[in-house]
Amino acid sequence: MSVQLDWKWIPRGIGLGILAFIIFGPLVNLLLWAVAERWYFPHVLPLKYGFSFWTSVFSPRGNAMGSLATSVLIAVLTVVVSLGLAIPAGYALARLKLPFRGLILLALLIPQAFPNLPVYVNIARIFYQYGLNGTIFGVVLVHVTHGLVYAVWIATAAFSAIDRELEEAARSMGASALRGFWDVTLPIAAPGLLASAIFVFLESLDEFTGTYFVGAPDVTTLPLLLYTASSGGNYQIASITALILLVPSIAFMFVVEKFLRSDVLSKVGH
Amino acid sequence: MPIPLIGFLLVAPALAIVLLLFIVPLISSITGAFDVGGTFGFGNFIKSFELYSSDMVFTLVIVLLSSALIGLFSIMIGGYLTLGSNPTAVSILRWVYRWPLFIPFIVVGQVLRTFLAKNGLMNNIFIEAGIMTPMAAMSFLDWRGIVTAFVWKQTPFVTLLLAGAMASIDRSTIEAARNLGAKRIRILIEIVLPQVRQTLLVGLILSFVTMMSVLSVPLMINAQSPTMITANMAFRINAHGDYGVANALGLISLLMTSVAAIIYLRQTMREHAR
Repeated sequence: MSVQLDWKWIPRGIGLGILAFIIFGPLVNLLLWAVAERWYFPHVLPLKYGFSFWTSVFSPRGNAMGSLATSVLIAVLTVVVSLGLAIPAGYALARLKLPFRGLILLALLIPQAFPNLPVYVNIARIFYQYGLNGTIFGVVLVHVTHGLVYAVWIATAAFSAIDRELEEAARSMGASALRGFWDVTLPIAAPGLLASAIFVFLESLDEFTGTYFVGAPDVTTLPLLLYTASSGGNYQIASITALILLVPSIAFMFVVEKFLRSDVLSKVGH
Repeated sequence: MPIPLIGFLLVAPALAIVLLLFIVPLISSITGAFDVGGTFGFGNFIKSFELYSSDMVFTLVIVLLSSALIGLFSIMIGGYLTLGSNPTAVSILRWVYRWPLFIPFIVVGQVLRTFLAKNGLMNNIFIEAGIMTPMAAMSFLDWRGIVTAFVWKQTPFVTLLLAGAMASIDRSTIEAARNLGAKRIRILIEIVLPQVRQTLLVGLILSFVTMMSVLSVPLMINAQSPTMITANMAFRINAHGDYGVANALGLISLLMTSVAAIIYLRQTMREHAR
């Protein structure tokens, strides 16, 4: 068998190479900073590698562990509240005859259609009057508002994609409406709902602007810790924090299509 | 209980959250913009324009330029994913392009801050490779850094939407044109693009709104003047507690996105009228 050289691979290779450099160059840089002990101009690569910054970040005195715990707590609460609101709303929007259905879907879309910085500024002012500023609960409320759009839209799509007859079959065998929902509809919709839960979790974990206005300085999440470290020129600590935030995001990117099947995706927004 | 009432009760809690925690503060940001020491006036806007008119132009130029580049790159990537003839190259591209999709903006800011700096890794690699002399190295942490951050992060999102729409169009017209000997670039521009224009516009408008809301990127990459008005809003509040000017700037950013939304709506209506 003779090896044939395909000349078209030259432009293809150059194109893919440039793209790979643009995408992975900055990420490699982050990895290098996370394990660099000493790195200064004009050295292309770090002079000394090591994990001493990791031990200081994760030591009991370092505040990364505390921020990580706060971030995860806020994200879990945000998922619970968002799905608690989105599952009934999504079911009603997908299955029941609702007056003004289009208008309701549109109203739920509003948080995505306007820049949210001016809104966060004013939420912070309103929350201040009620003593919600600087509390976990206040931050969760802000994250829920932001995550609700995705949660409701994906839940609606997940319920719309289910064959109505399955539920009716359960009903005809004498199951109550709630029982039919609990035993038939909810398990079938579960992968779509799980995808929306992961999505809301990540959005909350990564959220910066709302937490910056409502939570800081009392509630320190990982993104706020990253910002403080980076502003102080502490690139190692900032890079390690960034890496912690990066791992779940990239993991989700690879599995998103396994959860969100195309029949659910095609129903989003209908 | 009648079904519409049950349905409404199921939707009501979610609607209440959006109403109380988004629409009410949105309205108070608009009224707050005209609140000068308790009375109605335009003082906040006069002050905003005096202090930040160059930043407003800067913001608009950055966001428009980023949107144009995001559109261009997503058409290029989506087009190759749809029309590419080599399955290996297509699957490599599909694997590579979407990495930044869910990377948070704050991480993008930190990553590019170190990558694009004067003695960052990018310049160092170029110098080492002999493409650039050390004297020519310069920092990209100005408007170019912000545009790079936005394009880097948002292109995969628009591409994902666009490639999905491109994959669902009727292949037979593409095959017919190919059989007639049309070049792929011509098929992309004349056959594929007109059919996915709507999706492209939706993706770009969503990106536009996102870029107008992101605070971390301008703060991390370029917080000195000229900067984006998002950074100015944060500065007015943190340094001066000046909600009036912050709200006026917020209303200006709302108006900028409204223009984008209106262009989009007119486009949709024109298409429906046809």
